[in-house]
Amino acid sequence: MAIEVRIPTILRQYTGGAKVVEGTGDTIADLLTNLDASHSGLRARLITDEGALHRFVNVYINDEDVRFLGALDAKLNDGDTVTILPAVAGGALAFAAVEALADNLR
Amino acid sequence: MARFESLLDACGGTPLVGLPRLSPAATPGAPQVRLWAKLEDRNPTGSVKDRAALWMVRAAEEAGRLRPGDTILEPTSGNTGISLAMVAKLRGYRLVCVMPENVSAERVQLLRMYGAEIIFSPAAGGSNMAVSRAKQISAEHPDWVMLFQYGNEANARAHYETTGPELLRDLPTITHFVAGLGTTGTLMGTGRYLREKNPEIEIIAAEPRYGELVYGLRNIDEGYVPELYDATVLTRRFSVGTQDAVLRTRQLVETEGLFVGFSTGAVAHAALAVAHEALKAGRRADVAFLVADAGWKYLSTGAYGGTLSEAEEALEGQLWA
Repeated sequence: MAIEVRIPTILRQYTGGAKVVEGTGDTIADLLTNLDASHSGLRARLITDEGALHRFVNVYINDEDVRFLGALDAKLNDGDTVTILPAVAGGALAFAAVEALADNLR
Repeated sequence: MARFESLLDACGGTPLVGLPRLSPAATPGAPQVRLWAKLEDRNPTGSVKDRAALWMVRAAEEAGRLRPGDTILEPTSGNTGISLAMVAKLRGYRLVCVMPENVSAERVQLLRMYGAEIIFSPAAGGSNMAVSRAKQISAEHPDWVMLFQYGNEANARAHYETTGPELLRDLPTITHFVAGLGTTGTLMGTGRYLREKNPEIEIIAAEPRYGELVYGLRNIDEGYVPELYDATVLTRRFSVGTQDAVLRTRQLVETEGLFVGFSTGAVAHAALAVAHEALKAGRRADVAFLVADAGWKYLSTGAYGGTLSEAEEALEGQLWA
């Protein structure tokens, strides 16, 4: 079962610079374990020590956020495309600047 | 009644219009699936952000944080700045906007016309510089008031008190509400209201997916989730790429005569996805989606003409939502 996985620039150090890699698995959790075998270190950047998706990582199956599809247990089908993206405020000022401004308010 | 004491009083109360040509055609006898557009471009400055701006300023005034003559500082990519500039002008405040340099020329012209001052932060990639710039501004001007739309509960409350009730009043049979995800204020406020009244209503987010140029993060820990965001309010969340957003933006004007900004194209893409799912499943659906603004401010991008791939290229590296 082949799943195409799109990797953001900031994680391509784990895929030898590849923008798109291929993996297999029935769920997102399976897929990430499978990917980690050939791209060591990738899984640890996406999943916390507690075993949940990292707060600043969004994972999509065919453009839909997996957090609303069962998160790591979200089911995969042959031919699906998985996209990994950093979480940012859409349409926002450079998010890091936003965060800095927010820090000053606290 | 269409008479108001001032422009500020004309905020909200926007039309909800049916989209019979865009709605998927059900076979005779099958449950109907209808699409509806909530025209937020019919607000005083032409975008949904008028609601949030007015509510945030009023809340700050009531809390004693804003006094006449004060300076408001706001990080914004455009529409919130334009709304705040109008509200600030009418209520006697000075407005300074911090915004990325890769927004459209119309937005900058509009802000300056309304009397706002602009400090540009570098387009993504130079986030290091933006951080130090933002910190510097705040440190230099401790007396400036930041309303901070990403964490200001009055932003979401504006929609809880107005957008949500308007939708339910105009479309009591609503089954889905779809809107763009930026500060998350529209979805949080409207979504909470609708689901309190009817927990079955689905609240669907469409977030713009930009090219790598715009993200420009150095590592995952630099991500940002707005303080207002509460995932439990949403039922689904879609990421929509530039090509789909442009395609739907063109389709809206071609089939329904609705001239919208590209963020609305992204929202329409998600709305059509859920509408077609309902049709396939044989379920009745009234899908209302939010038109955040019209297309005027984006004409200079050139993405309303030419082929789809030319349009996509024109928007490359730009903040289109």
